[in-house]
Amino acid sequence: MSADSEDILATAAAWRAAGEDVAIATVVETWGSSPRPAGSRLVVTASGRMEGSVSGGCIEGAVADAARQTMQSGVPQLLDFGISDDRAWEVGLACGGKLKVFVEKLG
Amino acid sequence: MTPDLLARLAAARAAKHPVALLTRLPDGAQMLHPGDAVPEALATEAEAALRADAARNVTLGAESWFIQPQNPPLRLIVVGAVHIAQALVPMAARLGYAVTVVDPRRAFATEERLGAEVAISGDWPDEAMTALAPDTRTAVVTLTHDPKLDDPALEVALRSPAFYIGCLGSRRTHAKRLDRLREAGLGEAELAKIHAPVGLDIGAVTAPEIAVSILAQIVASRRGPKSEKK
Repeated sequence: MSADSEDILATAAAWRAAGEDVAIATVVETWGSSPRPAGSRLVVTASGRMEGSVSGGCIEGAVADAARQTMQSGVPQLLDFGISDDRAWEVGLACGGKLKVFVEKLG
Repeated sequence: MTPDLLARLAAARAAKHPVALLTRLPDGAQMLHPGDAVPEALATEAEAALRADAARNVTLGAESWFIQPQNPPLRLIVVGAVHIAQALVPMAARLGYAVTVVDPRRAFATEERLGAEVAISGDWPDEAMTALAPDTRTAVVTLTHDPKLDDPALEVALRSPAFYIGCLGSRRTHAKRLDRLREAGLGEAELAKIHAPVGLDIGAVTAPEIAVSILAQIVASRRGPKSEKK
């Protein structure tokens, strides 16, 4: 795990300690030219703070939306993004890669 | 992820213990290895992920698991608290390396010159290097180009499994260094591990540029340049 992933979990812990609702998104599988390797993390709060990344900026918005759902429901989600995927067209995965992102609530 | 599990990950990181996080997809059940009662087949995969320092997916029967290793930081040991070290230390720290600078010359090895994020050893280089025990996640760079200081460090480092060893000095300096190390009993296979003159040849002139060339070579040693991958 790279140094930046470590900092991101520390950030998640600090945000939760400050009373925020926090969700963690992790890249769990990639195909093709995905910009971030498996294990890359993005943490999101209900108040809209974000740290880390799961792509080169292509899908962060969609992942943050899913993260907010997971924070409310407590149910984790496994998201698929790829060029054959309608949702990826919407958010525009310009790199042409495919990836799976796991979203879970911290708590 | 439960706050308890996150705290255990943080504790392992603080104690510099390697640990793998196992997540069952898609329901998100999680375990740590070592620490939890992980089935043997998964434990074997977790060990392999830690050795490779790369996340992996494993199917176990009907279950799908994502394994994410958390290794202690890579280490960089710098011999010589010289001008180039002052540029190299903060850059290496930014790349995630835990940096130790070894220099028995007290005037050089000070926190004022090197910053607070570095560990400083004032021991003689062979003793310091023996105590630091370079492993497969350690890079060693000698910068003093003083044989009295560099050579004892190298004699220990070259017999260690360090993944990178680089030495500052011209080709001529390096030829003389190799002669001395041969006399000290090191074999050709060990001597071939030395990158010298240190750093990628990017025409670096200033200390920060030389630091970039050294760190680029260290990254290439660990990851492998793309052109050499299949």
